[in-house]
Amino acid sequence: MKAISHISSTVVPVKMENIDTDQIIPARFLKATSRDGFGKNLFRDWRFENDDENQPRKDFVLNNPVYRGKILVAGKNFGCGSSREHAAWAIKDFGFDVVVSSFFADIFRNNSLNNFLLPVQVTEAFLQQIFAITEKDPATVVEVDIPSQTISIPSAGLSASFDINAYKKTCLLNGYDDIDYLLSIRKEIEQYETNRR
Amino acid sequence: MKTLFDKIWEKHVVQQIAGGPSVFYIDKHFIHEVTSPQAFQGLEKRGLPVFRPQQVVATADHNVPTLNQHLPIREELSRRQVATLIENCSKNNIELYGLGHPFQGIVHVIGPELGITQPGMTIVCGDSHTSTHGAFGAIAFGIGTSEVEMVLATQCLMQSKPKLMRINVDGMLQNGVGAKDIILYIISQISASGATGYFVEYAGSAIRALSMEARMTICNMSIEMGARGGLIAPDQTTFNYIKGRLFAPHGELFDEKVAEWSQLFTDADATFDKEIFIDAAAIEPMITYGTNPGMGIPVTGHIPALSEVEASERPSFEKALHYMGLQPGAAIKDQKVDYVFIGSCTNSRIEDLRQVAAFVKGKHKADSVEVWVVPGSKQVENQARAEGIDKIFEAAGFQLRQPGCSACLGMNEDKIPAGKYCISTSNRNFEGRQGPNARTLLASPLTAALAAITGKVDDIRNYLEPVVINERWRMENEILVNQ
Repeated sequence: MKAISHISSTVVPVKMENIDTDQIIPARFLKATSRDGFGKNLFRDWRFENDDENQPRKDFVLNNPVYRGKILVAGKNFGCGSSREHAAWAIKDFGFDVVVSSFFADIFRNNSLNNFLLPVQVTEAFLQQIFAITEKDPATVVEVDIPSQTISIPSAGLSASFDINAYKKTCLLNGYDDIDYLLSIRKEIEQYETNRR
Repeated sequence: MKTLFDKIWEKHVVQQIAGGPSVFYIDKHFIHEVTSPQAFQGLEKRGLPVFRPQQVVATADHNVPTLNQHLPIREELSRRQVATLIENCSKNNIELYGLGHPFQGIVHVIGPELGITQPGMTIVCGDSHTSTHGAFGAIAFGIGTSEVEMVLATQCLMQSKPKLMRINVDGMLQNGVGAKDIILYIISQISASGATGYFVEYAGSAIRALSMEARMTICNMSIEMGARGGLIAPDQTTFNYIKGRLFAPHGELFDEKVAEWSQLFTDADATFDKEIFIDAAAIEPMITYGTNPGMGIPVTGHIPALSEVEASERPSFEKALHYMGLQPGAAIKDQKVDYVFIGSCTNSRIEDLRQVAAFVKGKHKADSVEVWVVPGSKQVENQARAEGIDKIFEAAGFQLRQPGCSACLGMNEDKIPAGKYCISTSNRNFEGRQGPNARTLLASPLTAALAAITGKVDDIRNYLEPVVINERWRMENEILVNQ
């Protein structure tokens, strides 16, 4: 995987809570056998009327050219529901590197990290500030820095820290994934199996 | 002073990484056609074999038709996905119970029914309802495709230990109230995110009194309140269910295992990060009105008024009601329904079908309603036919289909048309879940069966001869256990 370290970008705010993975990518688009191309169906039924790409819903933020960027910002309990990793693939494939929310569903969080899509959990108050500031000025730049574990809005003088475990941080900064690590301790795994018998 | 979860967890930690997750060993890995192809592709790219193919079991369920399963799948992408699973399993020596196999079915139905799922195990699958298997006192949870690849490659996952919650349900359930109502009630109380970050143990006299299949219904929906999984300590009910099943231990080995499994309980002095107490007698038949499973109310209740909803939640609440075509403050009783779906890994087992059949016997569905009953597995379907349940459904105007996930997620052709109301025994009422713009009301099999007959939401308690149904149900379960 391609390492990530610092992201500086405008944001796309989806001001909705409990966004489930069925909304992020509906089940009917899970028939592919490869990981590519899910971005075009991201939020499919919120983006298009009658499942028709020629009928974009004007009131949905992804169809608003004013909002662009590598950072998706959404309400609490983001990514709940189905374990489909296709949701993380779709968000990453669309061009996002970071999702900011006040609360993430567990499986989605793991799936995102495994695809180098960084889930940044902030307080509800900080989240509401991001919504308010970017609604007023969509050109607002948000900075996410993994080494220092901070998210900031320099123009507003706002900054907050976020959690990420040391192991995952090393993975993201160096482009390692869990399989690389697990394969490196295969002997220990085999030893564990022997000891159990 | 250990919890049930701790006892199983500790036995499966291969290595603890300082400041990070544990390397966690997986005993059983179920795979299906939708979330596995990219994992096999990943292995191929890295030139890796499947590490322990004998610990992997596959089936085709999410994306299969529920009519004419003997014919080639019509839809090209679905056909290719199922073919890819067959190819991947045969290349890697993985046991596959695919279409046409007598063991085929929904992955969370077949694991327990074949005796593969056992107490004390760690079980994963690329499906969030893997929590179902926790009913046996196993640590079972859903994973993403990258994790499927990890388990195929190394039989391990990187896991951080979750926080632990215990939900105690004590007392006697009202007649007509079952496992589905218990779990819908719990989720309505703690919300769709109330258990995120936790693994839940269900305990209490009302849980102990449930059959294994009912316990599976409870654990199944743990994910709908955000929990990674749910589990119930194994007991005599568990051991009776497992005994004699195909892949269960037999003879002396079974007795040895029972002795071992009997140690799997939460010690009296163990503590939880959070504990909740629920009075079983207070639970009424439940139904959802919104677009997440936390939006549940008793069938006799009212949808919250706007003033009862917190300001920050109002946009989502209003969006949900707009989608559902329902009004704030309105009663849900008498809401008309167009479709009834009885199926899914939550409620498609033989007890569910028996319960529905016992209620609809001699009755006929409302003309305005279409009713699909989709059994959880080939074995459930065959058992239903052997008991004459198919005849009862036929006489009632219900369609008994072939096994699969079906209209729970609308991945195959079984979609609810836009704008129509479906009362569904499945687990999710998300927007578009059962088809674009379909409107889902989650409920128990009995409440769904009643809606099939009356064409609207109603209170099952007013239609039951109390003792008769309960006695009959108990007797049938005992017969099943003795077989």
